[in-house]
Amino acid sequence: MSMSDNSLRLVWVYPDLLSTYGDQGNALVVERRARQRGLQVERYDVRSDQPVPTSGDIYLIGGGEDRPQRLASERLRRDGGLQRAVGNGAIVFSVCAGYQILGNEFINDLGQREPGLGLLDVVSTRGEGERCVGDVLGDIDPQLGLPELTGFENHQGITHIGPGSRPFARVRLGKGNGTGDGTEGAYNGTVFGTYMHGPVLARNPLIADLLLKLALDVNALPPTDDRWYEALRSERINAAQQPA
Amino acid sequence: MAGHPGSADPLSPRAKLAVTAGKAAAAVSRAAGRGSGSVIGGKVALRLDPELLGRLATHLDVVLVSATNGKTTTTRLIAEALGASGPVVSNALGANMPAGITSALAGGSDARFGVIEVDEKYLAGVARDVAPKAIALLNLSRDQLDRAGETRMLAEKWREGLAGSKAVVIANADDPLVVWAASSSPNVVWVAAGQEWKDDAWSCPACGGVMQRPGDDWFCGECGFRRPAPSWALSGDYVLDPHGSAWPIHLQLPGRANKANAASSAAVAAVFGVPPQVALERMYQVQAVAGRYDVVQFQGRDLRLLLAKNPAGWLETFSLIDPAPAPVVLSVNARGADGTDTSWLWDVDYTRLAGRPIFVLGDRKLDLAVRLEVAGLDFRVCETLDEAVQLAPPGRIETIANYTAFQDLRRRVGN
Repeated sequence: MSMSDNSLRLVWVYPDLLSTYGDQGNALVVERRARQRGLQVERYDVRSDQPVPTSGDIYLIGGGEDRPQRLASERLRRDGGLQRAVGNGAIVFSVCAGYQILGNEFINDLGQREPGLGLLDVVSTRGEGERCVGDVLGDIDPQLGLPELTGFENHQGITHIGPGSRPFARVRLGKGNGTGDGTEGAYNGTVFGTYMHGPVLARNPLIADLLLKLALDVNALPPTDDRWYEALRSERINAAQQPA
Repeated sequence: MAGHPGSADPLSPRAKLAVTAGKAAAAVSRAAGRGSGSVIGGKVALRLDPELLGRLATHLDVVLVSATNGKTTTTRLIAEALGASGPVVSNALGANMPAGITSALAGGSDARFGVIEVDEKYLAGVARDVAPKAIALLNLSRDQLDRAGETRMLAEKWREGLAGSKAVVIANADDPLVVWAASSSPNVVWVAAGQEWKDDAWSCPACGGVMQRPGDDWFCGECGFRRPAPSWALSGDYVLDPHGSAWPIHLQLPGRANKANAASSAAVAAVFGVPPQVALERMYQVQAVAGRYDVVQFQGRDLRLLLAKNPAGWLETFSLIDPAPAPVVLSVNARGADGTDTSWLWDVDYTRLAGRPIFVLGDRKLDLAVRLEVAGLDFRVCETLDEAVQLAPPGRIETIANYTAFQDLRRRVGN
């Protein structure tokens, strides 16, 4: 990909619609950790009245309210750029409302079934019970070789994973996909989805590094000084285990 | 409407009993060292007489003030301004839900005006109960998303709640969500009060189209929803009134946001016949509001106490603090009253603090540490305010904290 020119093209999709829960932090963390590895980062914030570029390396999509989620899904389907980018091998990391949009279908603000982009084999419905709100602790799929997952969830959605995707993690504490089977998020190939805010890449910088490794097609990255991330992780992991 | 002022004394025996019981409960709460007792008093009183709030308001000209940011300060400014025309009762301590409001009104039986700060989520209900003469709406932006729900839905609830109101609505023309909420009302006074934070209104509240924002203007390219022509405006250090006169603002309170609050307050005062020069002159007496903006002495140093609870509030605060290299102390908690989700820290542009020595405190200092590290800033994590103050280089220390962290700081410095 872009290792030859030492640059990384980072695309933040639709901040005008899907940037409600501090998820722009994910873009800031990826950008920072790429620069710390000596990469030039070109960041593109793409508004929903602009075409999604197809030549990005990493695409990030955040969470948002119900109506903006429907509008984002409509505009992304019409635009087609994100699907073409994935066809070109791009990495996509999505959170909450963005995660649901990448699936086959979700329930929109009008209570209707809204088609997604079909980049993840998941279908989302809306839970009947209380919103899932609080700190989450989980174990990421061992195939990805990452330490435990910490995040903050705040959603009403329930997401069922089909045979074409794998659960991203299993929760020890928290609801995750809300299906009662302990799964959290989903991924296949280079496309990832999670319900975790926090923002999740600030709580789990090695997920950001995984995205960079996939984009650069390398097995390892130079180390970074992660002591503040580590301190935050231990604190949140301990806090999640304390009775509320 | 609850309560009819059919007689000279609007309070029925039942309502009087409720007020008395509420005051007794508040006194017990104070004696037990559980704060001012205003909320518990109001709760007891409302349980005895659920329509008490409406009854207490019948003999008052009520002004409601709601917003994400600036409610407490603006309530205070309006209360000062209307004091020119008669006695004012107000929930000056910021107890802004129905119980706290009831308690505040119960304490002001000889007042002419009730100037009431209302929590955003309760505005529609309180506006139904108290038949306000005026409602001031300043701004709406993301705040405590783990419990307050979503900002546009809040605007929608305001819009529904205001549709039948007879009040004059004084609303910020520069905030599309406020304009959407207020434009269901037949009688609106638009104030160009500005709004630095724009990231909750890129999507048209009416149709979902992408908002266009050339300069200070805004409009939806799809449905034509647009900024209304204001009759009042904040222009630099001046309030422009509907007659085209410009009145200089000389507040003791710092910052652009407080000038905006003063402009809105002047527009509210004019509804009650108080001219802008009289209203503004009275606002200049306000030096600090519930500890906010106070400069205190602590360990031989000057600390200015600043409250910032959400991204829009932090943005306005960064624009009023002393320039670099003035030291800055930041303190963040995530207890119930703060919202338990700290993700909003990532919507705050901390690079605005570049060049200032930064000291980090509070229950969630590690979230702040990661945030600042990713912003590429130098900072020191401290266990206590005392430690931060000892480490801070010379100069007045700007202390910025969110809600409960701010209360913690006030206690520590004895404010």
